Amino acid sequence: MIELAAVTKTFNAGRPNEYQALRGVDLAIEAGRVTALRGPSGSGKTTLLTLIGCLARPSSGRVRLAGEDISALPERFLAELRLRRFGFVFQRFNLIPGLSALDNILLPAYPLGLPYHELRARADTLMASLEIDHRAATRVDWLSGGEVQRVAIARALINDPPVIIADEPTAHLDSRLSLEFLALLGRLKEAGKTVVIASHDPLVFETGLPDRVADLRDGRIVGVTP
Amino acid sequence: MNGFARQRYLLDFTVASLMRRPGRNLSLLLVYTLVVFLLASVMLYSQAIKGKAAALLQGAPEIVVQRMEAGRHALMPAAYLERLGRLRGVAEVQGRLWGYYYDPAVAANYTVMAPARDGAAPGQVRIGAGIARVRGLAAGDVFSLRGYDGQPHAYTVAAVLPATSELVSADLMLIAPADFRAFFGLADDVYTDLALSVTNPAEVRQVARKLAERLPDCRPILREEVLRTYESVFDWREGMLLAVLAGAVFAFLIFAWDKATGLSAEERREIGILRAIGWETGDVLRMKLWEGGLISFTAFCLGYGLAHLHVFHAGAPLFAGVMRGWSVLQPHFALTPQVDALQLTTLFLLSVVPYTVVTLVPVWRAATVDPDSIMR
Repeated sequence: MIELAAVTKTFNAGRPNEYQALRGVDLAIEAGRVTALRGPSGSGKTTLLTLIGCLARPSSGRVRLAGEDISALPERFLAELRLRRFGFVFQRFNLIPGLSALDNILLPAYPLGLPYHELRARADTLMASLEIDHRAATRVDWLSGGEVQRVAIARALINDPPVIIADEPTAHLDSRLSLEFLALLGRLKEAGKTVVIASHDPLVFETGLPDRVADLRDGRIVGVTP
Repeated sequence: MNGFARQRYLLDFTVASLMRRPGRNLSLLLVYTLVVFLLASVMLYSQAIKGKAAALLQGAPEIVVQRMEAGRHALMPAAYLERLGRLRGVAEVQGRLWGYYYDPAVAANYTVMAPARDGAAPGQVRIGAGIARVRGLAAGDVFSLRGYDGQPHAYTVAAVLPATSELVSADLMLIAPADFRAFFGLADDVYTDLALSVTNPAEVRQVARKLAERLPDCRPILREEVLRTYESVFDWREGMLLAVLAGAVFAFLIFAWDKATGLSAEERREIGILRAIGWETGDVLRMKLWEGGLISFTAFCLGYGLAHLHVFHAGAPLFAGVMRGWSVLQPHFALTPQVDALQLTTLFLLSVVPYTVVTLVPVWRAATVDPDSIMR
């Protein structure tokens, strides 16, 4: 479903602080499965995730989404892809402070301009399934760690995207919350979602959630299992 | 529906976003409203006072003729009445009697007039509301003044002039022509000046030109020139006030510029989040456009509304003294509430548009940063 061919990503090209984060990465991510990117800090996991999630364009190489080359699409089209095809769960969840849980969940849906009752019904269903419906009107600053992570997941799912991108989602969670989160990802996989997760947390791999693990080091894929 | 709903969501988000920083946004709104209020008050007052003066001067003669002697205004011989009456285009000529009187009792100057019609009966006087106030007079009282010969002249107050004309009649005394001549020691065959009305108002300038040719020692003063002088005076006062307020406006501009252009790290992060979850640069700009527009438009409405109340209902206590002029006989008058479309548009364009545009500059810069910055 998502294919990367000879992808490189260079930051600050041509400057003294030029840095090559990815060096000739080839990877195929299958639909409906959980793919994990594993590696130490600085190995290029997050950069690779940004290319997969259309948050950035590669310096060279090709990224194909459902067969379509999206490597050189203008930002406007990439934004449209992010909106409809991807749901993001960031490392620190990146909710907008001061807004309610419901407002945060609805944010990715605003640009679609759908009728409010439809959006609200979607959000209510998601919040009920994640057991945070009683916290809909609460400011996210006042939520517990577990509730924040579930709001972030609800936000990622509000537009019903086929792909969920999660960057180090357990980095700031204790073991209980981490396991809870991984169980949620498992349910999403069962619902037919494609999940791409970047992590170096052993817990992620011990649960057996990932169907496929790509190991990265120094911007290169050094192994893919199975 | 899609586009409309999208804008409504952006507006909802903007309002929710503004409510998150009530202190910052309320202080901005307060200062913004104050500046619009000050500017709008001066503009509304100036406009209304000019309109009032123009309306009152509609009843003034179209041309006033004054005789000059050594470059100074001199008395007009009655024989000139005859000479001017024969001028083509002149409908009527009237000799006028008027002068000034300094009343040492209250240290105020009065304008004394003796109109041929609707003046006062001999031995009586009609006085402006300003004189009535400073001298504590009412209808039926005796008003005594020292004449040119040092002798007291007493008049019975027949009436106090209506408050609606106080802007130009606060210091006015109307007496009979015979009383005027006795009070100032004027001969029977002279007038202060002459008032002309013309048959065709479009020919006022031609009549004035012919008049100046026929009577080279006289100068014609047109009503439109008097109106222009009034406007100049009020424009000058408005300009002076605005110059004084320029400091406040400039301070606000610095304040607003700082508030509008200084995006905090938190705001940048939020823009990064919105971009990452699928908002286009245009969505972010539209959202900020709504934000700037909401603040500036609210400030504009509040400021203008308060200025309207201040000028037309409270009598503009902050500026009335400066705009009306300084005088012992300060006129009291009510201005007619009015809204001038051009003035309203000018103020709107000067207050709402610049701020809204200024807010976009830093947001545009932030919104064009790569959306992956939030991941790094």
